[in-house]
Amino acid sequence: MSKNIHPAVVSAQPFQVADLRPVDRLFEDEEGADRLAKAISRYPEKRAALLPMLAYAQERNGWVSPDAMEQVAEVLDLSPAYVHSVATFYTMYNKHPTGRHMIQVCTCVACHLCGGEEVFKAFLEETGTQAGEMSEDGQFVVMEAECLGACGFATAVQVNDEYFENVTPETVSEVLAKLKGAAE
Amino acid sequence: MGYPHSHPLEVGTILSRHFGDESARHLEAWTSQGGYAALRMAVDLEPAEITGIVKDSGLRGRGGAGFPTGLKWSFMPQDPNDAHYLCCNADESEPSAFKDREILRWVPHLLIEGCLIAARAIRAQHVYIYVRGEYFPYTRILNDAVVEAYEAGYIGQNIMGSGWDCDVTVHIGAGAYIAGEETGLMSSLVGGRAEPRIKPPFPAQSGVFGRPTTVNNVETLSAVPMILTEGAEWYRQWGTEKSPGTKLWCCSGHLERPGTYELALGVPFRDIIYDVCGGIRGGKKLKAVIPGGSSTALLTADELDCESTYEGMQEAGSSLGTASPIVMDEDTNIVRVIRRTAEFYAHESCGQCVQCREGTAWMAKILHRIETGGGRLSDLDTLYELCEQLTGRTICVLADSIVFPVRSSLDKFRADYEALIGGRACATSWYP
Repeated sequence: MSKNIHPAVVSAQPFQVADLRPVDRLFEDEEGADRLAKAISRYPEKRAALLPMLAYAQERNGWVSPDAMEQVAEVLDLSPAYVHSVATFYTMYNKHPTGRHMIQVCTCVACHLCGGEEVFKAFLEETGTQAGEMSEDGQFVVMEAECLGACGFATAVQVNDEYFENVTPETVSEVLAKLKGAAE
Repeated sequence: MGYPHSHPLEVGTILSRHFGDESARHLEAWTSQGGYAALRMAVDLEPAEITGIVKDSGLRGRGGAGFPTGLKWSFMPQDPNDAHYLCCNADESEPSAFKDREILRWVPHLLIEGCLIAARAIRAQHVYIYVRGEYFPYTRILNDAVVEAYEAGYIGQNIMGSGWDCDVTVHIGAGAYIAGEETGLMSSLVGGRAEPRIKPPFPAQSGVFGRPTTVNNVETLSAVPMILTEGAEWYRQWGTEKSPGTKLWCCSGHLERPGTYELALGVPFRDIIYDVCGGIRGGKKLKAVIPGGSSTALLTADELDCESTYEGMQEAGSSLGTASPIVMDEDTNIVRVIRRTAEFYAHESCGQCVQCREGTAWMAKILHRIETGGGRLSDLDTLYELCEQLTGRTICVLADSIVFPVRSSLDKFRADYEALIGGRACATSWYP
């Protein structure tokens, strides 16, 4: 399937996805080798494939482990320390395994004005978790997010690679039901 | 037209004609409505001719700075054998800005066409569209459009049989606001932390991969195709002499009809809020507006009679920024809003400059203390002093950006601060 990805968009694949395809050695199967080669082909310097390959690691495994960082460093001829310094700069690379559904509730300025914090609280209550903590069944992690860029549709909630807009505390249970339905 | 609402005052011709229409995302429907006609024109024009038309149109950068686009392009070296790059800045992350998202998801081919024309004007062989990581659903739409355009021969080798080659690559970020700053974007694109650097050298001298580079905003590039087909004079029928054309206004907060609207620059700012957006939700009174995205100074209800242009908003003591007003009703606690804004900047500071890394965090902490009832009057002086220390002392303007809302809130809503310092904690504060 990955074979069909056009090289022009190989650096822009969603990497926060619900359905993982875990792999130990990222670049030794056909898909990994293909992604790497295509990404490198788009830039005059190999290093520019770093963000796309960190994203790929997360797309497969759900997070970017220290071991994954080392593998990325190796294939791009970078030092593990450098890759670590870049990976930890960006908030969207998960440095730990996360729930199947990562629920990010925008509480930035516009959503904050329109009740984002109440929506966040409702998600915590309904999932029975604390902020950033995985639910017992491994399904949900609820976090606050900085501006998601959907301010006219407050409160905006991002779950993995999907957006939910105009969410209110009253519709939180619907969102969760939809996610649970998708999980079954 | 506007999305999700539209209004008779809208122009809706250049950018937003197909907002809300899913079919326009696909190449067949797009070309049947005149899509890629501008590119066909462009391949027969010399780079300098394209730059000339855009210069004449007076188009200014829509990412916030308002720099004349044609002039920016003319800074690129003219040597045709040199490798040049165009970066399209789709890392929209300014709190309250969501205009580029609407372009990405409704009219991706308009953006691609604009990118290619700009690439031709600056002799770029490769366009990188840097989209913020969070925009997965919209990146998917853009990706499909890029692949369609490759397959139809609008991107790649020998574009439309002209002998001209240009590639487009979509590249996604991973959640760093600072990657929206042009040198931060370039550091990130080449595989680094999105840390801005001092200019000069300017991107046109040394940008991505050490080559001449131009960075343009999504909305800027999307205005280019119609400027080319219809002409600079046609574009100037909207707007003012210094701020020509149309602008996407993305309005949020306590409004009856929040959303994105394409308006001629120069519409009275008050009309945008009270007419286009239907005024304040629930018939309440307006208390304050942050007019141009969170990095601009607050305006009070008495300061809305200004012209919605780069100059007009500046005269009013604020800035057009990304044209993303956040509107607050009379029940809003300004301290609480500013605290949340400061937390954003503290979170997004890249950490290179001490003033910014420490100063934004101090601001957030002090504001939090005031909000929760532990503030003292001297905190206000400390905040003013921090504003002083954060202005003009750092590599990029992230630190300067938080100063505008903080200082203007202290100047204009001091009573809100004093009421909390008087011992009464903010009743609506959610934090313990």
